Amino acid sequence: MGFLSYLINGLGLGSVYAIIALGYTMVYGIAKMLNFAHGDVIMVGAYVAFFALNTYKLPTVPAVLLAVLVCTVLGVVVEKLAYKPLRQATSLAVLITAIGVSYFLQNGAQLLWSSSPKVFPALVGNGSLTLGSLSVSYVTLITIATCILVMIGLTLFVNRTKTGRAMRACSEDKGAATLMGINVNQIISVTFAIGSGLAAIAAVLLCASYPQVFPTLGSMPGIKAFTAAVFGGIGSIPGAFLGGLLLGVIEIFAKAYISTQLSDAIVFAVLIVVLLIKPTGLLGRKLSEKV
Amino acid sequence: MLQVTDLKVNYGMIQAIKGISFTVEDGEIVTLIGANGAGKTTTMHAISGLLKPASGSIMLDGTELTKVAPHKIVGLGLAQVPEGRRVFAQQTVEENLSLGSYARKDKEGIGADLENVYDLFPRLKERRGQLAGTLSGGEQQMLAMGRALMAKPKILLMDEPSMGLSPLLVSEIFHIIEEINRKGTTVLLVEQNAKRALAIASRAYVLETGTITLSGTGQELAEDERVQKAYLGG
Repeated sequence: MGFLSYLINGLGLGSVYAIIALGYTMVYGIAKMLNFAHGDVIMVGAYVAFFALNTYKLPTVPAVLLAVLVCTVLGVVVEKLAYKPLRQATSLAVLITAIGVSYFLQNGAQLLWSSSPKVFPALVGNGSLTLGSLSVSYVTLITIATCILVMIGLTLFVNRTKTGRAMRACSEDKGAATLMGINVNQIISVTFAIGSGLAAIAAVLLCASYPQVFPTLGSMPGIKAFTAAVFGGIGSIPGAFLGGLLLGVIEIFAKAYISTQLSDAIVFAVLIVVLLIKPTGLLGRKLSEKV
Repeated sequence: MLQVTDLKVNYGMIQAIKGISFTVEDGEIVTLIGANGAGKTTTMHAISGLLKPASGSIMLDGTELTKVAPHKIVGLGLAQVPEGRRVFAQQTVEENLSLGSYARKDKEGIGADLENVYDLFPRLKERRGQLAGTLSGGEQQMLAMGRALMAKPKILLMDEPSMGLSPLLVSEIFHIIEEINRKGTTVLLVEQNAKRALAIASRAYVLETGTITLSGTGQELAEDERVQKAYLGG
């Protein structure tokens, strides 16, 4: 394995982080909250995809769509039931609630589906593309391609559609957005829906590379993606992509060239250094207001 | 057009508005003047739905606004230019203006109104592609006014439009307010610059720590001794 193949594998892993990080960053940008249950939405998406593929023998695309649908509904319902009543509460209360939702989902999954891991079926086989000495698995290529598509789609959505512009308005000033006639609660719902739907896509991509489904599956990728969102500048959509990709590459390089055991520590050390130098993250906006 | 009756608004533990009543008739410019902290902005926010009143009634052409969801109020023909402008700094001038017409569905009318706003504020047209955060204070004020006009309001609420602007710009802003009014939009204006506000107002109210203490035509209040002493530096 050479440098180039490490880089591509890093981008593959980073693509998954980036897609998850979008959920964190969009929800933070609009609802100003850290949704720590986001990782567990990934887990639910993984179980739904698993049962769809394995038990109900659905083809890949309908299975993924079903997972997206279930996660989208789950995200919206969780927001309505758990977070919306706390709109006026302190951010600490919301944070604790999010952690509570996270435990609820994990333990619910354990109760329903037991804690023993289930083996996720192979989606595209184990084939790989070989170019000279370079060999990249199809799964990695599909993951990177998906990330690029998500990036283009989301950027177009946020910049070109009326709802997207309303989302950006809400992230800047909810009061002024309300004066424009924007239904802020509805925009928050849309944000949770998009973030959770993306989490389902990330779940399938993650399980395609690491084919095990278990109740705490979302925890570690969730924390890594959250780190990626902070790394890139929380609240910034391009920041989530950049942060996610960089984090994936750093992690794979650390594993390859330094130490497998220390790779996570190295990832977090890089985050600390970046935040020391630029506290708002790589693409984070400095908060300044003109009077 | 707008009828506020016995409005009370609490701000945390404090009763900021202690039961005020006033009216704005079709075609008028009505101003609320008062010192900092008198409750002017609180009153504006209660009317536009950003704050929920403790009691009282706010009627807009027969609709009880206190029972309408905040985001639906602009669709009923009431737009607000908020204190501190509150333009969307990360969006362009044109995107801000288009957010102003968010609640409207008549595409042709929106296009025509965009041209009207650009006629009224040629500077905004020059800077249509620029991010609102890069505009000067005066330009941001014009953008906030243009954005509110894009809602095609029957009544326009303006909260401290002259705040922080140079005297020259203040004159320009007040001329524009008169022009907007002449074109048929009713105006409710909140100002600390009492002299200017009274000069263009059909009627005026003086707000002091949450109650209305005086009212009359703009001219009457401008000539009132108490008003001169307290607000006109005389």
